Amino acid sequence: MQDNQKSNSTTDLQDEVAQLMVECLNLEVTANQILPEAPLYGDGLGLDSIDVLEVALVVSKRYGVQLRTDSTDNQHIFSSLRSLCDYIAAHRTL
Amino acid sequence: MPTLPLLAHPSPDSIVAHRSDGDVTRQQFLSEVHQLAALMPAGSHLLNLCSDRYRFSVGLAAAILAGKVSLLPPTQTPEVVRQIRIFAPDVFCLTDSDLCTVDLPHLRYPAMNASTPEEIDVPQIVTTQCIAVVFTSGSTGTPQPHPKTWGALVCSVQAEAQRLGVSHDCTLIGTVPPQHMYGFESTLLMAWCSGAALSHAQPFYPADICQALSAVPMPRMLVSSPLHLRAWLDAELPLPELAGVVSATAPMPEQLALDIETRCNAKLFEIYGSTETGQIATRRPTQGAAWHLFPGIRWLVEDERIYACGDHIDAPIAMNDRIEPVTDECFLLHGRLADLINIAGKRHSLTSLDHLLNSLSGVLDGAFYMPDESDLVTRLAAVVVAPGMQASTLLAALREHLDPVFLPRPLLLVDALPRNSTGKLPRAALQALFQARNHAIRWTIPADHPAFAGHFPGRPILPGVVLLDAALQFIAAAIGLALDRFEISSVKFTSPAGPGCILTIGHAISESGAIRFDITSGSRKIASGSIALRSAT
Repeated sequence: MQDNQKSNSTTDLQDEVAQLMVECLNLEVTANQILPEAPLYGDGLGLDSIDVLEVALVVSKRYGVQLRTDSTDNQHIFSSLRSLCDYIAAHRTL
Repeated sequence: MPTLPLLAHPSPDSIVAHRSDGDVTRQQFLSEVHQLAALMPAGSHLLNLCSDRYRFSVGLAAAILAGKVSLLPPTQTPEVVRQIRIFAPDVFCLTDSDLCTVDLPHLRYPAMNASTPEEIDVPQIVTTQCIAVVFTSGSTGTPQPHPKTWGALVCSVQAEAQRLGVSHDCTLIGTVPPQHMYGFESTLLMAWCSGAALSHAQPFYPADICQALSAVPMPRMLVSSPLHLRAWLDAELPLPELAGVVSATAPMPEQLALDIETRCNAKLFEIYGSTETGQIATRRPTQGAAWHLFPGIRWLVEDERIYACGDHIDAPIAMNDRIEPVTDECFLLHGRLADLINIAGKRHSLTSLDHLLNSLSGVLDGAFYMPDESDLVTRLAAVVVAPGMQASTLLAALREHLDPVFLPRPLLLVDALPRNSTGKLPRAALQALFQARNHAIRWTIPADHPAFAGHFPGRPILPGVVLLDAALQFIAAAIGLALDRFEISSVKFTSPAGPGCILTIGHAISESGAIRFDITSGSRKIASGSIALRSAT
């Protein structure tokens, strides 16, 4: 039961963050086409550092998380939707 | 031969850099420079990829002392590295990361010993020594080398330091990398030549910038770009005290300039220059639109092209911007010449991007399109004829050659480009194509659409006729015409659409008045066709 709740809220957050990314970056895909494990950089969604800065700003407003390069590996946080959401879930204040 | 000192720092105890583990004195810096120079291999060219600005500076100084040339390409894609190796077969790469995958012989940045007690003299560098070659992406696709001599670089950054009021007790913090011309000059050489200190950091996120600023003493200057500065202000964090802000890479919007000066209580300077010329002018955007040339720099107008010359510029250099001289010293900027694009400070030529696109295997025809710039960042788009190819395959091929900022968004696969009768591709036609797409209609096929009943049991597919009818109704509404004026000339169904599928219905009206439409779902093409218009009855 507990596990179910946890996985539900994880999925909700992933859906929500995917939707935020699609909106703030004007992406050509829909939120449900962003797979949790697919890379956001390079061959996956193809985000670059300009996008990452945009997403970081939206995430800071929505969840009260200030991303930092030195706290964890920046490349790792943005390696996939799941790792970004894990970071948000662990650090959110809103 | 005339020489100029490597550093303007007056005493062995002067602070050259601030690092997270403490300050670096001139003595310690010079000691580390000599240690690294002794380790350098025989090759006379290096690619300095150190991501820590201090280590980059040690690498640069060691290379200068060892008589080696630092190569500064605009990006490090596999293709650019291959071309760098053709330019300089003896090139090696200096890296401070274990994860560096650049395909060149590596020199790992070493652990350094403490400095010896004997004072190390500041090296004098011959002004004609070529210390760096900066590359631009040429219009042919081959990076174009621009050699930089020590004397010319020093001359230009000294003028900059004077304009910006950089004093010897100042610290420079940069969000821009030292590997690009702007960061090379404004975060590193300007510190060396004015006796200021540089911060090792390369802050990226707003919180990083605040932390990097707080870590160094006042007076401190932030060297950045409109993109980073806007994100930094928007984050609404408490801003550390600043002595000045420097911006380049993209035009600074006036409102952002005002906001920065008000919130930071510091002057904002904008730098103008190019990889070819180095920096040649500054302005305070809050004090007026006009730019002020550095002393000694002049314009030369010839055959409707404008050239920069004088002072540190050896031979006149044609400018890629539309420049309107106002007085001998003042000028106005009116954007770039048509072929040149600039995305977040990275430059490319449209001609060369088109050339690259058309050289990809499977591409029959294709063109990049740069929409009118509306914000700090405007993205390229591309339209491509490549039967049987996926957009993702083409993007992966482009990524081998291009910095990610130049990858098209979207890359649109079409049956034919809107070329006119002479085979030319008017910008207006591309503009119409993408505008129609931007106004594209989105329609999510309802899961309970009645047409799914019996079509087919266990594998619901929306019948083509229903799809077509929906598309026509949307297009008719969008262009304000009655549906009975439409006559379908052709239609092609490429792949099936099922329940919940999100369709994008795009259309474009050609010069002859025919309407081309396409229906896509993500990067999958569902259907396309064309419609002729009957005259109103």
